Order: sequence, then C-alpha cells, then structure tokens
Amino acid sequence: MKIQIRYFASVREALGVSQESVSLPAQATTVGAVRAFLIERGGVWSTALGSQRALRMAYNQIMAGPDTPVGEAGEVAFFPPVTGG
Amino acid sequence: MTVRVQTQDFDFSGEIARLRLGNPAIGAVVSFLGAVRDVNDGAAVSEMELEHYPGMTEKALEDIVSEARRRWDVIDVLVIHRVGPLKPLDQIVLVAVASAHRGEAFLACEFIIDYLKMEAPFWKKEQTAEGARWVDARVTDDQALNKWKLSAKEQT
Repeated sequence: MKIQIRYFASVREALGVSQESVSLPAQATTVGAVRAFLIERGGVWSTALGSQRALRMAYNQIMAGPDTPVGEAGEVAFFPPVTGG
Repeated sequence: MTVRVQTQDFDFSGEIARLRLGNPAIGAVVSFLGAVRDVNDGAAVSEMELEHYPGMTEKALEDIVSEARRRWDVIDVLVIHRVGPLKPLDQIVLVAVASAHRGEAFLACEFIIDYLKMEAPFWKKEQTAEGARWVDARVTDDQALNKWKLSAKEQT
C-alpha cells in the first residue's frame, strides 16, 4: 500500500523532510503502525517520532489516533501539539 | 460562516461592519482579537513565523465553527487567522460571532478560540535573542477545553 506522509513544524525540521511517498509493509494498516514503521528507520526518526515526544497525528487531514486505519493513497501527517491563536 | 487563512493583515472594524451588513436580526457582535506580544516565557520576541497545514487548517476551523453553531443559536461567524512572518503588535487572529442577543455570542466566541488553540494545525516559531524556538503548547489551553466538555455533559 502506498501513502503520502507529511511532517510539520519541529517534526519537519528534526527530520529535514516535509513530505514523502512511502510503500508500507503489509502489516502497517493503522496510523500507529505507520509511526512504528518510520521509527524503525532509527536515528532522527526514532527521536522525532518516538513515544517520549508529544506528537499529534492526522489521517486525511483529520486528527487521528493510533488505531485509525489507513488506506491506499491516504495522507498521514505527524506534528507537535498545535500552538495557533 | 467565513473562515480565512491568509498572510496579509485584516481591517478589524471593516470586517465587523461586513459581518453585520444589512442584517437587522443581529443584535450583538462579540469578537476576539489575538495579537503578537513582545515577550513570551520570559524572553523578548522580535519576530515569529506561523506555519500551518493547508487544507486541514480550513477544515478544522470549519468543523469548530459548525460545532459552535450546533451548540448556540448564532447568526453568523467570521474566523480569520494569519500565517507567515509576524512581528510584535501584529494582529494574528480574529473570531467574531453575530447573534440576536449577547449571551450566545459570548459563549460561541470563547468556545471557538479555545478549540482553535487546541485543534487547528498552526505552529508558532519565535525569534528571540537566544535564537529561534518553537512555542510549546500550554497546559492551560487543555484546561480551557475541559471546561467546554464539562458544560456539554451538564446539558445532557
């Protein structure tokens, strides 16, 4: 399954990437599994997306939890808690 | 209902006048204007940059306004949020709610800005004398949301 992943704010800066297209392994079917798959890359990926960091996730531009399912051509996003207003 | 995300400044009184234009059913307008301060968490701020998630931002703001309209009987709502580079004194955000009477407008306006701060994907990066830093989310913003969840429970 191929999806689009986007990164924002401090997460984007830490990773040095704002978006990428990723082919997921068969078992990665949720937003939480996508996060785990990216953490496996190690280095900055495990520190920027690791569980010790306050991280928010979205699927198809709606706030999502780890159990939110992902589908073909979906868009997953990772970012820190928001600070607008 | 109007939701706008833009880099350019806005004219506060012109926006309020447009919201009321030709509608004699409106008896009250409550507005919240957010501005850039020159000090945050003990450091002088010379400039900031507001990043957002195009597409999701507009959707999130529209959902928040829809929820406010579901809870309170308001006539019209305007939300403008700026992005890009901003300096102290600049206007960042405007929430304006028009209704027949003040009570609903006060509540809806506070609800919208509280939810915007927790759920709309905007991020502030400040320039200080020690360099640039991302602003941390505030615990008090979380507490502001709990207030609305409690009052929703009381109503059911």
